[in-house]
Amino acid sequence: MPSDVSRDLTLSRRSFALALLSAAGLAALPRPALALTADAAKALVDKTVADINGIINSGKSEGAMLKDFERLFTRYADVPTIARSVLGTAARSASNGQLSAYSKAFQGYISRKYGRRFREFQGGRIDVAEARAVKSYFEVISTARLPGDAPFEVRWHVSDKSGKSLFFNIIIEGVNMLASERTEMGALLDQRGGDLDRLIADLKSL
Amino acid sequence: MGLNIPFKSWLALRISALLMAGSLVAACAAPTGPDGIDDPFEPANRSVHAFNKGVDRALVRPASKGVGIVPEPVRRGIDNVADTLSLPGDIANNLLQLRLVDAGQNTLRLGVNLTFGLAGLLDVSSELGLQGAPTDFGETLHVWGVGEGPYLELPLSGPSTARDAVGLIVDTALDPVGRVLPVREANAARAIRLFSRLGDRNRFADTVDSLLYDSADSYAQARLLYLQNRRFQLGQTTGADAASNDGFIDPYEDPYAQ
Repeated sequence: MPSDVSRDLTLSRRSFALALLSAAGLAALPRPALALTADAAKALVDKTVADINGIINSGKSEGAMLKDFERLFTRYADVPTIARSVLGTAARSASNGQLSAYSKAFQGYISRKYGRRFREFQGGRIDVAEARAVKSYFEVISTARLPGDAPFEVRWHVSDKSGKSLFFNIIIEGVNMLASERTEMGALLDQRGGDLDRLIADLKSL
Repeated sequence: MGLNIPFKSWLALRISALLMAGSLVAACAAPTGPDGIDDPFEPANRSVHAFNKGVDRALVRPASKGVGIVPEPVRRGIDNVADTLSLPGDIANNLLQLRLVDAGQNTLRLGVNLTFGLAGLLDVSSELGLQGAPTDFGETLHVWGVGEGPYLELPLSGPSTARDAVGLIVDTALDPVGRVLPVREANAARAIRLFSRLGDRNRFADTVDSLLYDSADSYAQARLLYLQNRRFQLGQTTGADAASNDGFIDPYEDPYAQ
C-alpha cells in the first residue's frame, strides 16, 4: 500500500512536470525526452487502422469520407515532413511561404488520393501484428484482408522526430508511398517547368 | 610443343569464359540509379508503354468491363480453374528452386482441387487454409543467383526485367498445360487464363486506372511499382537486413535528400 501511494505520487509529480514543460512550450522541442517505443508505435497504427475502418464503414458520402481522411492524415501522419521529402531538391530553393502553402495543398492532395485507395478496403479489415525498431524508426507490420483476395502486407514507418509519434511512410506489398509520390511530384513539377507556385495551385484540384 | 598450343587455347577459352561470366555478373549487378532503377532502354521502353496504354484503352479496359458483368460465382469458378492450370508450372519451378515445401503445398492443392473441387472449379484448398505458392521461372532464375538486369516494358505483357522476360519466355515455352493437353483443351485453357487476367484488370480497375491515366508520368510509376513489388515478392526486401535495401527513406535525416 505505501509503495502504491509513493508510485502514485511519483506519477503525478511526473505528469505535473510534464504539464509544466508543455506549458512552457518545451514539449514541442524536436527531440522529446520520452523516447518512442515499439508499443507506442503499434498503438499509433492501431488507432489509425481503427479510424480508417470507422471511416470506410461509416456509409458516408465520398466527399465526407475524404474530409475524414484528411483529418486522419493530419492527426496520425507527419504531413509537413512527408510533403517536403516528396518535393525533393525543389524544396531547397523554395521560400518558407511557398513551403507552407505547398504543404497545405499537399495535405489535401494526398488525403484525396489515398482516401480513395482506402475505400477499396471496404468490407475488409487490417490486422496490426507487430512493431520492431529499425535504425532510427519503428516499423509496424499489418495485414490487410479483403474479401475474395489473398491477404497482403502493409508496413507503417513511425517516428517521433517531429516531437510526436507519427507515421511517415506506408509500404504496401513492397510499394513505398514516399518513393512513389516523389516520382509523381517530380513529374508534376517537370510538367510545369519547375514552377512551384503553379504546382501548388494545381495540387488543390488534383 | 604439340601439347602447348591446345593448352594455350584451352586457357584462352577459359579466361574468355571467365571474363564473359564476369561481365554478365557485372551487367546483373547493374549500375542502378539512386532509387535502385536500371533503365538503359528508357526511350524504347517508353514507346512500348505508350503502345500498351493504347491497347489498354482500346481493348483491354473495355473487355475487362465486359468480364465484370459476368456473375461473380462464374468468374470465381473460372479464376479457380485458371489457378489450377498454373499449378503444374508452379510445381516445376518450385522443384527447380529446390523449394520442396512449396512444391508439396502446390501439389497438394492440385490434388485436392482436382478431386474435391470439381476439376478445379472450386478452390477447396484455400478454404482448408492451403494457400498457393505461385511462382515463375523468373523467380527460379533469381533463386539461381541471376540478377534482375535492366528494366524492360514488354509489348502487351507490361513491366518486366531482362531476367523476368527470359522467365516469361521459358514459362510459356515449357508450360506443362500447353504440352500435355490436346489442342482444343489447350486453347480452352488459354481462353480461361485470358478471361481470368481480364477479371484481375477489372477487379483492380481503380488502382490500374489511376496509375495509367491519372499519374503525371505513368511510365515511371509503373516501373517503380513493378520493381518494388517484384523485389518484395522475391523476398529481397524482407528479413533481418530488410531496412538496408527496402528503399527505406528517412525524411528526417536530410529533408532535402533526393
